[in-house]
Amino acid sequence: MRPLTLRRTGYWTFHYLLVAIYVAVALFPLFWMLKVSVTPNDLLYTEGVRFWPSRTTFAHYTSVIRNTEFPLFFLNSCIVSALTSIFTTLVAAAAGYAFSRFAFHGKFWIVGLMLVTQMFPLVMIIAPIFRLFAPIGLTNSLFGLVIIYTTFNVPFASFLMQTFFDAIPKELEEAAMIDGASRFVALRQIVLPLTLPGIAATLGFVFTAAWGELLFALMLNSTSRATTFPVGLLSFVSKFSVDFGQMTAAGILALLPVCVFFFLIQRHLVQGLTAGAVKG
Amino acid sequence: MAAVTDFGPVAATMRRRRFNLAAEPWIYASPALILILTILMVPLGIGISYAFRNLVLLDPFSGEFIGLKHFVEIWQDGNFWNALSNTIEWTLVSVLFQFVFGLILALLLTQPFPGRWLVQALVFLPWAVPTFLSGLNWAWLFNPAVGPLPHWFVNFGLMTTPDNILSNPATALWGPIAANVWWGIPFYAITLLAALQSIPADVYEAAQIDGAGPVTRFWSITLPFLAPTIAITLLLRAIWIANSADLIVVMTRGGPADSTQILASYIFAQAFQRLDFGYASAIATVLLVILLVYAAAVIALRQLIIRAH
Repeated sequence: MRPLTLRRTGYWTFHYLLVAIYVAVALFPLFWMLKVSVTPNDLLYTEGVRFWPSRTTFAHYTSVIRNTEFPLFFLNSCIVSALTSIFTTLVAAAAGYAFSRFAFHGKFWIVGLMLVTQMFPLVMIIAPIFRLFAPIGLTNSLFGLVIIYTTFNVPFASFLMQTFFDAIPKELEEAAMIDGASRFVALRQIVLPLTLPGIAATLGFVFTAAWGELLFALMLNSTSRATTFPVGLLSFVSKFSVDFGQMTAAGILALLPVCVFFFLIQRHLVQGLTAGAVKG
Repeated sequence: MAAVTDFGPVAATMRRRRFNLAAEPWIYASPALILILTILMVPLGIGISYAFRNLVLLDPFSGEFIGLKHFVEIWQDGNFWNALSNTIEWTLVSVLFQFVFGLILALLLTQPFPGRWLVQALVFLPWAVPTFLSGLNWAWLFNPAVGPLPHWFVNFGLMTTPDNILSNPATALWGPIAANVWWGIPFYAITLLAALQSIPADVYEAAQIDGAGPVTRFWSITLPFLAPTIAITLLLRAIWIANSADLIVVMTRGGPADSTQILASYIFAQAFQRLDFGYASAIATVLLVILLVYAAAVIALRQLIIRAH
């Protein structure tokens, strides 16, 4: 019996060691960003590769908030991501419901079309979108970004909503419809309340995806009035590439909203990632 | 007579009801469909048409049809071939490392242990970090001024002086690959974890009774069960990674000396920096064709796997 327990202990030590390495690697870059952001400028180069500075400061944060345009960029990103997640979820809930509850001609082709959109290089449509959007005032506009991001996220969000609808038995709304309710009333009063956790997860997924988009925002919007956080941070990096304190502080600020959403949707990650198996 | 005419309105209602039934799913799906067609498919078609035009933004004399001239240019463009080979290296190495580390993580998380839910939340966190931020974050880690990595490399004897690997053409591509692997491990871990949990437990029990050790069980039960999931995820993820330009744009802008330029970032540079929409669209069309051929091969392979089962 003894060698067996010894082997078990050995195995679990190894198991925990590996898990610890994974946790360390996952958190280390973020920890380092936090560490640089609270290090005073005079200690940044003298203390080198220390794990925690001997003195900490929030000066970088206050200067990012007071002296830069980042609060505006942050607000812009919040508006774009919030509107994108609301519109996407509405459109995707309708499409997901159609996929879940109807067998209809053309369904195969719609699903196929949605899968294809997840495959082709999005950089391909940057130039045409720019030429189409410029004359109608959708460049240098937050709403232009909302339209694009909504479209990009609808296919994956529809598949996600479909899995949530699939989990609700059809009999519930059929019973309501036999009692005389129309399908829409049954959907609104019976199905949607049951899908609320799924809707919240979809909102979170889309918010996270829209928050980090860079290339279209870079191409379409050049005024600071319509600059989102990723673009603002990137141009700050290329302009003041030595001010690591402020850059990392801004990076930590960019991370806050997605962290909140991440812990909200964490339970639904499996569904979300398998629905979007072809996407991030 | 009266009875016969009475059928008229009934038939009309029946017809209307049948039409409503047929139209209903389309009504629900139409907003999604309209968005995808107008914002994705129409620009895609227009983009392909740009490939055959001399189209430079801010140049009022450009815009004429030039046939296949761009494609001849691409054939002779050394930067294109360089970007193509970088795309293959970037995609293969990223997918491979993401998969191997993701599989190990999934195997670690599939056994219950105290604190597992917390570990799971922490190791999946990189997935939620926006791509551009993960790129910047790793660029800082590789920067000898504030980052520890170059100094550690010196300590381990991998480097003689603490240099930034991103500024050396021979090593620069490893920077974005590191960021991509770090960011992508959770995706594989989550998908493989879901697949692992769908393997029936009694198969393992039977194998254990028959005296199969953990290694045998892994090779003869776990891997064959996971194989379809692994194959499809790897092949589809490869497309997505080949297409994603933002890590490269953020970390190196394709430099130094084009050593990290992949096709997607090359397309973006042509459109964004040189404003040459025609040439950018021509390269994008080539990339699209390559991916279509690849996807067709994947689908054929999928059919083979399904038939083999």
